[in-house]
Amino acid sequence: MSSFWNIWIWVLSLGLLVALTLLLRMCLKNFAGVEEGESMGHSFDGIEELNNPLPKWWSTFFLLTIIWAFGYIAMYGLGAWTGLLGWKSSNQGILSIAQSNAETAKYLEKDSGVLVQYDREMAAADAKFGPIFTAYAARSIEDLATDDEALKIGQRLFIQNCAQCHGSDAHGTTGFPNLADKDWLYGGTPEAIKETIMNGRKAAGMMAWETTLGGEQGVQEVAAYVISLSGRSVDPEMAKAGKAKFAICAGCHGPDGQGSLAMGTPMGAPNLTDNIWLYGGSKRVIEETIRNGRAGVMPAWKDILGEEKVHLIGAYVYSLSQD
Amino acid sequence: MTTSNTSAVNYNFDVVRQFTVMTVIWGIVGTSLGVLIAAQLIWPALNFETPWLTYSRLRPLHTNAVIFAFGTSALFATSYYVVQRTCKTRLFGGMLVPFTFWGWQAVIVSAIISLPLGYTSSKEYAELEWPIDILIAVVWVSYAIVFFGTLVKRKVSHIYVANWFFGGFIATVAVLHIGNSMVIPVSGMKSYSIYSGAIDAMMQWWYGHNAVGFLLTAGFLGMMYYFVPKQAERPVYSYRLSIVHFWALVSLYIWAGPHHLHYTALPDWAQSVGMVMSIVLFLPSWGGMINGIMTLSGAWHKLRTDPILRFLIVSLSFYGMSTFEGPMMAIKSVNALSHYTDWTVGHVHSGALGWVAMISIGAMYHLIPVLFNQGRMYSIRLINVHFWLHTVGVVLYIVAMWISGVMQGLMWRAVNSDGTLTYSFVESLTASYPFYFIRFLGGVLIVTGFILMAYNMFKTIGAKDNSLKPVDAA
Repeated sequence: MSSFWNIWIWVLSLGLLVALTLLLRMCLKNFAGVEEGESMGHSFDGIEELNNPLPKWWSTFFLLTIIWAFGYIAMYGLGAWTGLLGWKSSNQGILSIAQSNAETAKYLEKDSGVLVQYDREMAAADAKFGPIFTAYAARSIEDLATDDEALKIGQRLFIQNCAQCHGSDAHGTTGFPNLADKDWLYGGTPEAIKETIMNGRKAAGMMAWETTLGGEQGVQEVAAYVISLSGRSVDPEMAKAGKAKFAICAGCHGPDGQGSLAMGTPMGAPNLTDNIWLYGGSKRVIEETIRNGRAGVMPAWKDILGEEKVHLIGAYVYSLSQD
Repeated sequence: MTTSNTSAVNYNFDVVRQFTVMTVIWGIVGTSLGVLIAAQLIWPALNFETPWLTYSRLRPLHTNAVIFAFGTSALFATSYYVVQRTCKTRLFGGMLVPFTFWGWQAVIVSAIISLPLGYTSSKEYAELEWPIDILIAVVWVSYAIVFFGTLVKRKVSHIYVANWFFGGFIATVAVLHIGNSMVIPVSGMKSYSIYSGAIDAMMQWWYGHNAVGFLLTAGFLGMMYYFVPKQAERPVYSYRLSIVHFWALVSLYIWAGPHHLHYTALPDWAQSVGMVMSIVLFLPSWGGMINGIMTLSGAWHKLRTDPILRFLIVSLSFYGMSTFEGPMMAIKSVNALSHYTDWTVGHVHSGALGWVAMISIGAMYHLIPVLFNQGRMYSIRLINVHFWLHTVGVVLYIVAMWISGVMQGLMWRAVNSDGTLTYSFVESLTASYPFYFIRFLGGVLIVTGFILMAYNMFKTIGAKDNSLKPVDAA
């Protein structure tokens, strides 16, 4: 902050408080030129005003709030000055995670003279709750998936952080996979689930195929073939034509449409033969998917929740598809 | 009521009549929209799968209708009336005067069309897009010319306190509106704010809180300073109190905006100053309540027989309550509980329905007979029924929101022994449903009251001149 703005802030805010004190002082005295309790002598459309003194409790209380205001500003600062307490709500003006971590570490030092409320509260919470999570992190996900207490914590973390997309019951919704069935895009092993949560997933990308497939006719043919893969009845002529064009899809979905996972490459291309549909299985939606493509993203949680909490969420998600 | 001095000056009451009638009509529209969206929060199917009937589009229409259609029409009506009567002169400005009426109604109609269509700047209480913003600015500057021009040509030596407040509100709202609405238009109905990030947020709440502070507080205190002493037929309690609380109120309010941005990216010192000024504002706010209620000294018995006075005095009680609640909610640690909960919604409605609406309703009941050459309203009993419907409605509304707000705040911060949050967001929502229903009931009572008021008003207007005789003072 430039010194001009710093002075501007100080003069305006403290100046106002001083001016209010002087105003109060002026009005405590009877400057009106008439006896207290008498009319001021002018009438506005029949309305007169009395020259009553300010209520004592009111003016005292008002003055006290002004005195308190100076005290609060002295403790908590004004403009570029951080005040006697050295208090900050959080580290401000941060431009990178590295800078944030460095500032946090610096101000958590006892003799730093600066009290960063957010960091202090987080450090206190870590000290109090950290050992609980560390203990769970030492056990395997398979083991935790049989521990009711661990699953409850995992479920609560899931509801706070994951349910927005995957639903409170983890059954997913359009574009967000159901985590409670046995169908996986990137794998349902404990390791694969944890990897998905830790680092997120970005689908290799279902491209928009309309042009490549030679227009709307091609889109409809391939859609007919895709629908036929899960045993639904379609126009056989269309499906046949679609099958011929499916070769370009096979690169990701596999030659028989069983998905990238079946080929051992977790790139997120779904199995097309199981009648489970991430974006919907109607003819209209499948055609739309082929025509315009799709791009799903699962965010990375390791920097937000930390590995120990991710471990517990992983155990909860893993447990959902175990019988 | 003395009408003898009206004959001496040829007052312009046409525009006052127009704004008065529209105040009542917009009151019904604004509160009905509120009831509809309150019902949608309980029964979401009430949006009928129709985009322009969804909560997201009707909520800004509700707030705009209540603040700018109902509240501001009431301010236009009363400020034009009071400034003429207390300055003993006709409104200045010639054709500018009807322009302010038709221009302002055009603003409201534009809002009623553009907000449901989904046009929004996304700034709360400033949602209207840039062409409408320009119209608002033009009408508002015309309003200022009419009002201050009338003050300049006044026939009395002093300026009455009500006009200080009206003048303060008119001048400041012009600055707030123009300052916050600075945008770069990209098409006929789309624009981007010239401010960005935390500065944009600060500008928005500098505007937003002072829309409350100047439009909904200072403006209505102007109304209070005329209609309370007039209806009670008593002198104003303390001239010196009005000086100190006027200057303290207008100079402190302008700082209070940052308390909407506690624990955000706003610099800490700005949050601290916002909180400090909000708390110092507490006593100056109460100065207005004290001056209004103490004006009743020696006339308390009138509350028993005069439902209009009852509206005015109860409005001051709600004013005192919400101006105590406001500074408390501005304290950072209280705000950490109250912010983003229904407590805020309850607070703003104890101000809007308790203070703003009740003082306006009282003032309108005082004004209508005067403007339409009658000695009293068509039915005093209906005013009394309206008073009880409205009061019970407001109490149901704010008590429901207090309970659900504090409950939400406590549920959101509750943690288990392992540090995880006890409740999911949706659990706090489920727990809020009973209170949403009570709020809805309160709203229905309030709308019913407004409909009675409209009936009473049209019966009064339709009656033969001077056929309604004033009731003898009890």
